[in-house]
Amino acid sequence: MLEAAPEMDWLDWILLVARVVVVFFAVLISVMLLIWMERKVAADMQTRMGPMRAGPRGVLITLADGIKLFFKEGITPTLADRPVYLLAPVIAMIPAFLAFAVIPFGTGVTLFGRHVPFQIADLNVGILWVLAMGSLMVYGIVLAGWSSGSNYPLLGSIRSTAQMISYEVGMGLALVAVLMYSGSLQMSQIVASQDRVWNAIPQFPAFAIYLIAGLAETNRPPFDLPEAETELVAGYFTEYSGIKFAMFYLGEYVNLVVVSSIAVTLFLGGWRGPHPSFVAWLWPLLWFIAKVVAVVYLYIWVRLTLPRIRYDRLMSFGWKFLIPIGLLWVLATGAVVVLPDVYGKGALLTGALIVVGAILVASLLWPLIAPRRQSAGETPQ
Amino acid sequence: MAPDQIVFWVFAPVSVGSAVAMLFQRNAIHAALFLIVNFFTLAVFYLVLGAPFLFAVQIIVYAGAIMVLFLFVIMLLGVDREESLVERLRGQRPLAIVLGLGLAAEIFVTARASLGLARGPANFDETVNVGGNAQALSHVLFRDYFLPFEVTSILLIVAAIAAMVLAQRRERTTVEAAGEAEV
Repeated sequence: MLEAAPEMDWLDWILLVARVVVVFFAVLISVMLLIWMERKVAADMQTRMGPMRAGPRGVLITLADGIKLFFKEGITPTLADRPVYLLAPVIAMIPAFLAFAVIPFGTGVTLFGRHVPFQIADLNVGILWVLAMGSLMVYGIVLAGWSSGSNYPLLGSIRSTAQMISYEVGMGLALVAVLMYSGSLQMSQIVASQDRVWNAIPQFPAFAIYLIAGLAETNRPPFDLPEAETELVAGYFTEYSGIKFAMFYLGEYVNLVVVSSIAVTLFLGGWRGPHPSFVAWLWPLLWFIAKVVAVVYLYIWVRLTLPRIRYDRLMSFGWKFLIPIGLLWVLATGAVVVLPDVYGKGALLTGALIVVGAILVASLLWPLIAPRRQSAGETPQ
Repeated sequence: MAPDQIVFWVFAPVSVGSAVAMLFQRNAIHAALFLIVNFFTLAVFYLVLGAPFLFAVQIIVYAGAIMVLFLFVIMLLGVDREESLVERLRGQRPLAIVLGLGLAAEIFVTARASLGLARGPANFDETVNVGGNAQALSHVLFRDYFLPFEVTSILLIVAAIAAMVLAQRRERTTVEAAGEAEV
């Protein structure tokens, strides 16, 4: 962690600070473009024009929105708990930015005779850092809901807490499967382990679980229950306006970029991709951006296609489907990783046959168990 | 000063300050927030001491999961009113002082005896973290102490299931009664 500290001279410090600043602004600009992209894609899918006026093809629409929000009056409700009310939007925004610290954007470049990686910090617990930041994102929403001193935000934040905690478990299981398969917690090592085949192929169930849980973690439709406007006005940020609302908005989209970038890093080979040999540092960066845009497009597509899921179904889907599948998949990944090492290649085949046999026996026994369970558990709708 | 000492002297006052501030908050949510700050500083100390895995887990489990659960419960119970300062248990305060002093003495003696308060700092990267912190920890948990570790996890699962069963028994009978009444 601090192992590199003693040998760092002033040039290293400048390069580190420069990397932080560049990543920060790159994220801000990417959020600006992402919101524009979302509105344009939505417009395209609904055969509209979308934003057209600010800048060429409306690309500056987010900037215009931001300036508008910045100059709006900031209202603090009378019943609000003032310090927490002011703190909540900040807390909602910061972890999303911090999660970017461990994501490798490319191979790096040689500047002033030093290798400068396109990554702020290659923590040896990189995946855990991502999980930690993800778990902190709940606070912004919880505190916003509670401190507003109003019922709709409170209900929205209680929903969001339950939802995010539940889906974090599923997401964690997906990440566990990946790190078992790659054999490292370090982001750069995980990218390096995908030099032959992307993790998305052998780890497809984990990839699917991650994408779904990511949808819930970012509170995006169809899992946008914390801000379901038909039920809760605007959910946890009902009482927020002006710049504080803009911070929630920003945090939410930064979070989307984070989730997509992690999906790319862990499952889609990160910055890897075929490229020509000239300007070698540029192509991995472009590959990374292209992959992130593809994942973001997928999320926008899902948002525009699926209706919002009912709250109880959302929870039962998370607990009764996603988490059991995740657990089974972790078990299977463990078997695939460990068995050939310990017992030789044949053990995997034997293990697979045992599992298939067990499934067959279970499917034979299931009809004997199922009716009893139905009569006891089902409640009349 | 070495970087880890600078980090320590920046975070130690924050840690103590947040702990004291937590004790003097009357609002339960504010107290919980100070506790979260305290957990964070602890995580930073773990990082400086060469335990990055513990650092991440401290944030994920304590700051992330347990405190969110705390806030959740506080919010659900609607503890907006400030807690009354009248003591409900008689003689709690002197007993607390005695026990607190005992605990402090115990910690001091333990730290002095086993970790070596007077000795120089141990070089964890060479003695304990052989092959990386997470790897060394996994060797301890899944090789040397595999059985106790698994037994503990089973114990926790049993406790969780027991809690669920105990909490749900009454609910199910009311649901069944409601179902029968509807039929």
